[in-house]
Amino acid sequence: MTALPSLRDQRSLERASLKHRLAEKGVDRVLWLLVPGAVFVVLLFVYPFLYGLQLSFQPKGGGNPFQNYITFFSDEYSAETVWITLRLGLPAALFNVLASIPIAFRMRGRFRGKRALTTLLVVPITLGTVLTAEGLLAFFGPTGWFNRIWIALGADEPAKLTHNYWGVLFSLVITGFPFAFLLTLSYLSGIDPTLEQAAATLGASKRQRFRTITMPLLAPGLAVTFCLSFVLAFSVFPSAVMVGNPAGETHVMSIAAYETALRDNDFAMGSAIAMLMALVMLIVIGVVLIWRTTLYRGATGGKG
Amino acid sequence: MKARPIVWLTWGALIFFMLNLVGIVGAVVTNSFAESWFGTWLPNGYTGKWYGEAWRDYRLLDVLAVTFQVAIAVVVISVLIGVPTAYALARRNFPGKKLLNVLFLLPILMPPMTYGIPLATVLYKFHLAGSMAGVIAANLVPAVPFVVLTMTPFIEQIDTKIESAARMCGANTVAIFTRVLAPLLVPGILAASILVLVRTVGMFELTFLTAGPTSQTLVVSLYEAMSSAGIRPQQMVDSMAVIYTGSMLLLLVIALRFVNPTQLVTRLKDPA
Repeated sequence: MTALPSLRDQRSLERASLKHRLAEKGVDRVLWLLVPGAVFVVLLFVYPFLYGLQLSFQPKGGGNPFQNYITFFSDEYSAETVWITLRLGLPAALFNVLASIPIAFRMRGRFRGKRALTTLLVVPITLGTVLTAEGLLAFFGPTGWFNRIWIALGADEPAKLTHNYWGVLFSLVITGFPFAFLLTLSYLSGIDPTLEQAAATLGASKRQRFRTITMPLLAPGLAVTFCLSFVLAFSVFPSAVMVGNPAGETHVMSIAAYETALRDNDFAMGSAIAMLMALVMLIVIGVVLIWRTTLYRGATGGKG
Repeated sequence: MKARPIVWLTWGALIFFMLNLVGIVGAVVTNSFAESWFGTWLPNGYTGKWYGEAWRDYRLLDVLAVTFQVAIAVVVISVLIGVPTAYALARRNFPGKKLLNVLFLLPILMPPMTYGIPLATVLYKFHLAGSMAGVIAANLVPAVPFVVLTMTPFIEQIDTKIESAARMCGANTVAIFTRVLAPLLVPGILAASILVLVRTVGMFELTFLTAGPTSQTLVVSLYEAMSSAGIRPQQMVDSMAVIYTGSMLLLLVIALRFVNPTQLVTRLKDPA
């Protein structure tokens, strides 16, 4: 009779200790809170993505599983979309990041009307791609205000700024700049101003302080900002259709993917293009992030 | 003193950008009030009739109702799913946490078009696409991770001692959540909800890929109106665009009352 209870005690002790050991690793009842979130992300993000991936290897006509990808790259019209997308996305992201550095620099610290100016710079977010497109067509169009002023200033003929590459680039800058600016500003205000003040007491000039202190500290943040701006610019769809020339000069990957999947009802091929989009995007982001690590290490080494 | 020209160049470029922006918005607003406008500096008469016609012709009341329902549903569901997840991620270190973090980051990092097309395919397979449920489900994909991402740092800064103290005073888990944590989390939840609301109302790609004729939000029906222009006067499309921007602006002004946008990334205290 004495053996049984002790066995039970031992077992409950073991159970308790297992629970304890798990809790030490951070596994306890609180983790049940993760279940809805995890189920959600698997069901609505991971599963569709994997489904799309396997679908892209099942071409509509059957046969070679890589047929969709071969078709994409052998057809010049579709293969070119990769370059068209990069040619729009990279300069737009680069411009947005580079332009926000000096502006964010001026906006550091406190001054009257800072909040108003920040709000003004963020307003373009509310415009949305459609109003921006509509406005670009009206403002930069052949008879729009911009070209009227342009001609009044002595130009011979109106500048062609809509229904081509430039229209889409402008719309990417207008919608993308506020995001880049906000991110840069927050990274910049995260840098301790006393570091610069210390350098100033040691006799560093404004330019030296910028080049040797602020910039190296800001650069990793700028790399992230560039990545996010690029993602935004990369998925350009409405503006490429409306202010661009969707059949030619601005036939970007997202247009190709949309048209194949939902207009031609070839979901397999559409998924293949979507997967290629993800791949191209990941490559660019990967390159930037690798560059970021080398950049950051070099900067700290230089300082030491 | 050397920096002078750069300062002037910065402000000059900023003013040029702003002027163009004003021109772009101004052109749309002017045209939406124009009697007719073709090839002149200003239209030859002003009228407010296009707003009424756009309101009727595009059935904007229905569209706004759909937009509102979708946005509210997305906000409520994403907060209900996202906040508990954020709590667990903020408070515990467990095996596989890194993987989960990456999974919650990817939907925000990926352009909506890349996962939107496979997602639409799956939703069509289950006959969800085209319905309101499909649109809500698609919009939740970036919304839930967004709530998790904004709430996790917010929860991290709440001292765990407060919870321990409440437990010592005899509060059970439910009481801790409803009476201690919830009041502390309200500002963060409010900020996250408003940002999700703004993002959902403005989200074009995902809604466009999954919406049917009766489940279009304002952005998508604006796009449809614009791409099928030619039948209806341009002024009507423009007045619809102005209605859209007006509502977005209203949302953003409300949002900026509650959130300081520059603190979303670093959480560093801004002296201003």
